Amino acid sequence: MTAVDDAADTHDSQEEHHDSGSTTTLGFWIYLMSDCILFAALFATFAVLRGNVADGPTGQQIFELPFVLAETFILLFSSFTYGLAMLAMGEGDRKMLFRWLGATFILGAAFLTMEVYEFHHLIKEGFGPDRSGFLSSFFTLVATHGLHVTAGMVWMIVLLIQVMLRGITGVNQTRLACLGVFWHFLDVIWIGVFTVVYLLGAI
Amino acid sequence: MFGKLTLDAIPFHEPIVMGAVGFMVVGGIAVFAALTYFKLWKWLWTEWLTSVDHKKIGVMYLILAIVMLLRGFSDAIMMRTQLALASGGGPGYLPPDHYDQVFTAHGVIMIFFMAMPFVIGLMNVVVPLQIGARDVAFPYLNNLSFWLTAAGAILINVSLAVGNFARVGWLAYPPLSGLQFSPDVGMDYYIWALQISGVGTLLAGVNFVTTIIKMRAPGMTMMRMPVFTWTAFCSNILIVAAFPVLTVTLALLSLDRYIGTHFFTNDAGGNPMMYVNLIWIWGHPEVYILILPAFGVFSEVVSTFSGKRLFAYTSMVYATVCITVLSFVVWVHHFFTMGAGANVNAFFGITTMIISIPTGVKIFNWLFTMYRGRIRYEPPMLWAIGFIVTFAIGGMTGVMLAIPSNDFVLHNSLFLIAHFHNVIIGGVVFGAFAGMYYWFPKAMGFRLDRKLGVYAFWCWLIGFYLAFMPLYVLGFMGMTRRLNHVDNPDWRPWLIIAFVGAVVILAGIVFQLLQIAVSIRDQKKLRDHTGDPWGGRTLEWSVSSPAPFYNFAKTPHVDDLDAYWAMKEAGQTQNHAPYQPIHMPKNTGTGVIIGAFSLALGFALVWHIWWLAIVSAAVIVLASIIYSFSEDTAYWVQPEEIEAIENEHQREVAQYGGQSALGEPSTQIAPEHA
Repeated sequence: MTAVDDAADTHDSQEEHHDSGSTTTLGFWIYLMSDCILFAALFATFAVLRGNVADGPTGQQIFELPFVLAETFILLFSSFTYGLAMLAMGEGDRKMLFRWLGATFILGAAFLTMEVYEFHHLIKEGFGPDRSGFLSSFFTLVATHGLHVTAGMVWMIVLLIQVMLRGITGVNQTRLACLGVFWHFLDVIWIGVFTVVYLLGAI
Repeated sequence: MFGKLTLDAIPFHEPIVMGAVGFMVVGGIAVFAALTYFKLWKWLWTEWLTSVDHKKIGVMYLILAIVMLLRGFSDAIMMRTQLALASGGGPGYLPPDHYDQVFTAHGVIMIFFMAMPFVIGLMNVVVPLQIGARDVAFPYLNNLSFWLTAAGAILINVSLAVGNFARVGWLAYPPLSGLQFSPDVGMDYYIWALQISGVGTLLAGVNFVTTIIKMRAPGMTMMRMPVFTWTAFCSNILIVAAFPVLTVTLALLSLDRYIGTHFFTNDAGGNPMMYVNLIWIWGHPEVYILILPAFGVFSEVVSTFSGKRLFAYTSMVYATVCITVLSFVVWVHHFFTMGAGANVNAFFGITTMIISIPTGVKIFNWLFTMYRGRIRYEPPMLWAIGFIVTFAIGGMTGVMLAIPSNDFVLHNSLFLIAHFHNVIIGGVVFGAFAGMYYWFPKAMGFRLDRKLGVYAFWCWLIGFYLAFMPLYVLGFMGMTRRLNHVDNPDWRPWLIIAFVGAVVILAGIVFQLLQIAVSIRDQKKLRDHTGDPWGGRTLEWSVSSPAPFYNFAKTPHVDDLDAYWAMKEAGQTQNHAPYQPIHMPKNTGTGVIIGAFSLALGFALVWHIWWLAIVSAAVIVLASIIYSFSEDTAYWVQPEEIEAIENEHQREVAQYGGQSALGEPSTQIAPEHA
């Protein structure tokens, strides 16, 4: 066509626009924003229903802040170890990448175990999600976060296998970066949960 | 083993239902037999079902939408018949239990499985071509989105044959939709059909937002994007922002129904009005998700068939963005009668009226585009003009409803029903048909028959006014919605007129089906040789019809708003030899597999068949993981193949081209249709 098109040829020669790194990352961010709205709706539900205890327990009566604080630090620390894993990936150090991903996985598992223990304890006391509107919204908000953490851990295993099979390729770097964003996002959500549900609830 | 499912679930005692089921089964067997007889299964699988080509996925969406239009319209004409018969004190022929399922299914199917697939289908066909891209950002996800939508649509139709459907109205307000008042499976069909298709819609939204941000051709700045792409962009942003709320709302309702939580129950601290708020926080943006792309279609159509650049493109874009933002701050107008108080209602009444300003801007832009244009009354333009008149009326009744004090009188009356059909049929449906006629050659390679298209338009337009104007009157006379039988003789004449209107619309639909059949028969005669049948202005018309699977042999460079028009005026040819290899995604069956098991998962959850639910969920997760391991997802198209395809197109353009260049009328409208 015209001379201007020569500049566009660089675009043509980069025909691998399908699932190329930056597009995937942007798409994943957009998905995360929709996930953020999903949590926003659950937070709003909790805010509406938190006073509806229906003669059941209030948050103050059932939350054990030191326990939840420990959970919180474990999850925050797992974000830190994930960051170290990404640094190892950047240096192409597969062994350190495995180590830090492994540490992240273990911390995630510890967090989930504590959450399941808390749920089990509450249900055993008779304070299950069917007890009151408050407990329904509490369980749903916290468990949705827990399901996300579980999904993140499954994804972590899949990526560990893929890195083991194929090394730190471009595709795997993009995927690890997406999982990283996901993992940190869950941290941010948990800070919201800790503040809105547990801290405000314990007042 | 089969959960709650027993043979009693099949409604043998209801002749109307069994007739419909029989019709579906016979139709299914006929299609199956034809595919087997003509040995088309392999072709269907490799060329269509597993395709990641956005144009083919778009066509599949459109086929789904048209089939669902027939189902939803059957429900509609059954309701109109019932009310025409049962307005003199008689019981009619549809017992209340069945009638309630019919009006619920009508609303759900028309919005989720007719209108949504229609607009997403049009976006699929058009958007990548308009922005000069080879495909969407995530072609495999696009295929998966379609199959999840299809799985939801199939699940809702299964409810006709196995069990029953919800009797709760299209938005299923609790406590009616809770376990206490809807203990059977109908409500669960509703929940899982919408959840499965909702995931598909959300993925489509993410896909298109990413596509439009990242994959525009060089030179196409945001303010050079065609208006249809702009409206698709805003519509998909709304999908990404609103659909998670629907997911949450339905998930909370299903928790209430499955594990006994108290989100929306009357007792133990539940709050039913929270459901109404949540569902409309999704629901109001949803109506703009549907109408914005229709606005985009009309912008393209009016500009093309007036032979003029769109009037005030910039204000059109800003109006679209304004509507996108405002659509999130009006939801309370759906339930002014909740009792939120005068100040809250005043706020939402005012925001609602403000939305009519950008909409009015758009109407005037279309009118000024037509002003002193060289208008050609091709069917898309007829739909556009029908839309402008009809939508303006619907908009005005909307402003009437936006006044809270009026709403207290009109809430849940037939006036409301008339209003939203006025804007949805007059806006979304007319837009979908205009778009289908306009872009049909680009997807299929041949035009639709013009004469039958004109007949269909007039039937729809006249039928619409006959069917819905009486409903305004009935609303003022005090008739409320969702009535099964009435005995007010004053209402009867209006209900009969409305029934006649539905019959006229039926004639319109018959003409449309005939139009498609006749056009397929006459496709040689209707063949679009040049790729530019209407004297188009945007990039999709610069390639052959049907568009080659790689879309553009060479990525175009955009210097102007009407990119292709500028190329034509500059006399640029579309010969791009020598060609470079093109990287294209490979087809995959993963989307079909995940869709099929989503259907099984939904069915299992409806009937409490837990083992099947666990197996299906496991297969879905495993299939996704296995797909993530596949490396062989793309291939290179070689220059020789591209050259052969492009040369054939050049030859056709040289042989047939010229007559439609720069918007010369290719056909004159016959006076009797003017």
